[in-house]
Amino acid sequence: MATKPTFSVEVSNLLQSVASKPLSVCMQCGTCSSSCPAAPHMDHSPREILALIAAGQRDQVLASNAFWYCASCYQCTLLCPRGINIAEMMYALKRFSLWKRSYPKGLIGPDFSSRFVKIVMKTGRSFEPGLAPAFIFKHGVRGLMNDAFIALRLLLKGRLSLVPQRIQRIGNFRNVVGRILPLARAA
Amino acid sequence: MKTYSYYPGCSLEKMAASYHISTLACAQVMGVELKELEDWNCCGATAYFHIDEILANTLSARNLAIAERTGLDLVVPCSGCYKNMYFAREHLVNDPDLAEHINYALEADHLEFRGTTDVLHVLDLFVNEVGVEEIKKKVKRPLKGLRVAPYYGCQILRPRKEAATIGDVEGPRFFEDLVAAIGATPVNFPRKLSCCGASLIITNRKAALAMIHDLLQSAVDQKTDILVTACPLCQVNLECYQQQVNQEYGTRLSVPILFFTQLLGLALGIPEKELGIGSEFVSARRALDKVSEQELVPVSS
Repeated sequence: MATKPTFSVEVSNLLQSVASKPLSVCMQCGTCSSSCPAAPHMDHSPREILALIAAGQRDQVLASNAFWYCASCYQCTLLCPRGINIAEMMYALKRFSLWKRSYPKGLIGPDFSSRFVKIVMKTGRSFEPGLAPAFIFKHGVRGLMNDAFIALRLLLKGRLSLVPQRIQRIGNFRNVVGRILPLARAA
Repeated sequence: MKTYSYYPGCSLEKMAASYHISTLACAQVMGVELKELEDWNCCGATAYFHIDEILANTLSARNLAIAERTGLDLVVPCSGCYKNMYFAREHLVNDPDLAEHINYALEADHLEFRGTTDVLHVLDLFVNEVGVEEIKKKVKRPLKGLRVAPYYGCQILRPRKEAATIGDVEGPRFFEDLVAAIGATPVNFPRKLSCCGASLIITNRKAALAMIHDLLQSAVDQKTDILVTACPLCQVNLECYQQQVNQEYGTRLSVPILFFTQLLGLALGIPEKELGIGSEFVSARRALDKVSEQELVPVSS
C-alpha cells in the first residue's frame, strides 16, 4: 500500500540539484542558529525549523517567517556538522510556501520575488525601479523618506536606470523558459 | 594578452557602473582582455530560486552556453551572479539528467551547455590568474598609509566547504594580499566574512540594518579609512543605508565603500575619473588625499 511521504521527505524532495544530507540527520546542535545573522529577527530559529519539520509540524512551518528572513549567506551550510544544506533548505521552503500560496501576511519577500521573476521574464534583465512597488510603502514614513532620498542621490550620480534593458533574443529567451515551465506559456 | 569572456550582470550597467569601468581599466593595464558576453541575460539573482530551482539554473546555463561558444573562460564581477553561474555549471556537469533537461530548453535559443568553460570571479582573476606579484610590478602609485578593509562577503567563498582555487573558505587571506600588493595596509576586521544583509534590505529592513551596523562598526573599530568590496549588492547596502543605520543606532559612521578595482586602478596609475571615483555616497576624498600628499615622493615603477 502506498504511504504518504513525511513532511521531512517532502521538503528534501524540493532540492532538485543541490547536494545535502537528509534533514533527518539533524542532531539539534544549534550551530546553524548561532551562526545565522538573521536568526534574532526570525520567529523560529533555523534549528527550531528543523525540529518542526522533523515533528511533521507543517502548518507551523508554513506560518513561520524564518525562511523569508534568510539572506542566503550560507554560514549554516558551511558549518553544519551533519552536512545538511540548510540555506538551500530555506530556499526550498520559500518555493514550497509560494507553491502552496501560504505565508504570513505582511511579508515583503513573496511579492518581491514574484515581481523580480516577472520582470526578468519580460525583458531578460533585472530593472530596479520596477521592483519598488513591492516595498516602497512598507517601511514606514522614515523608510519611505530614506528610500526616496537614496533614489534621488543615485539618480543625481547617474546610477539609477530609468529605462528597462531588454536582451536581443527575447523571443528565444521566453521559449527557453517555456520549455522548463511548459504550461506557463506555449513554447 | 590573455582573453576572457566577461559577464557584467544587471547591476553593473548603472548602479555599479564604477565597478564595471574600473574592472575593464585595471584588466587593460594588466594585459588582460575582457570581451563582454553577447546578449547575456539576468542570472536570476536569489529570486528565481524562490520560484523554481531548475528554471534558475537554466538562466545561468544560457549565459554559460553563450560563453562556451567563445571558447573562453568566463569572468564575473558580481558575487551573486558568480555564485549562481559557478554552481549552475557544477550542478549541470555532475547531473547529466539535469543537463539534458536544460539543454532541451536551450535548444529554443540554438544553444547547448557542455561544461567547457570555467567561471571565475574578478577577484580570482586578479589574485590568481594575473597574480599578486605581477600586480606589484605594475604599481605606479602605492597607496601608502591607507588603511583598507577587504570585505569578502558571502557568495565568493560559500557555499563551498573545502578550499577552492580562489582560496581558503574559512580563513581566506587573498584579499588582504591584494590590498598589501597595492601598498595599502590591510585591515583585519572580525566581520570580513559576515553577511551585508543582501536582499533583506528590502524584505526585512530592521534585520539588514543590524547586520550593516555590526559589519561597519567592526571595520571602524580597526581604524578603517576605506572598505573595499567585490560585490555590487554589498556596496549598495553598506554605503546607501549607512545614514539610516546612523539614525537607527545613534552612531556617526562615515566609511567610504569602494570597489576593490577602484583602488587597484589608482595604484596602477589610472586617473580617478576613469575609475568612477566620486560616484560613491560617502566620499572617499579625504582618505585618498592622505595618499596624494605623499605622491611628491617619486616612486620607481
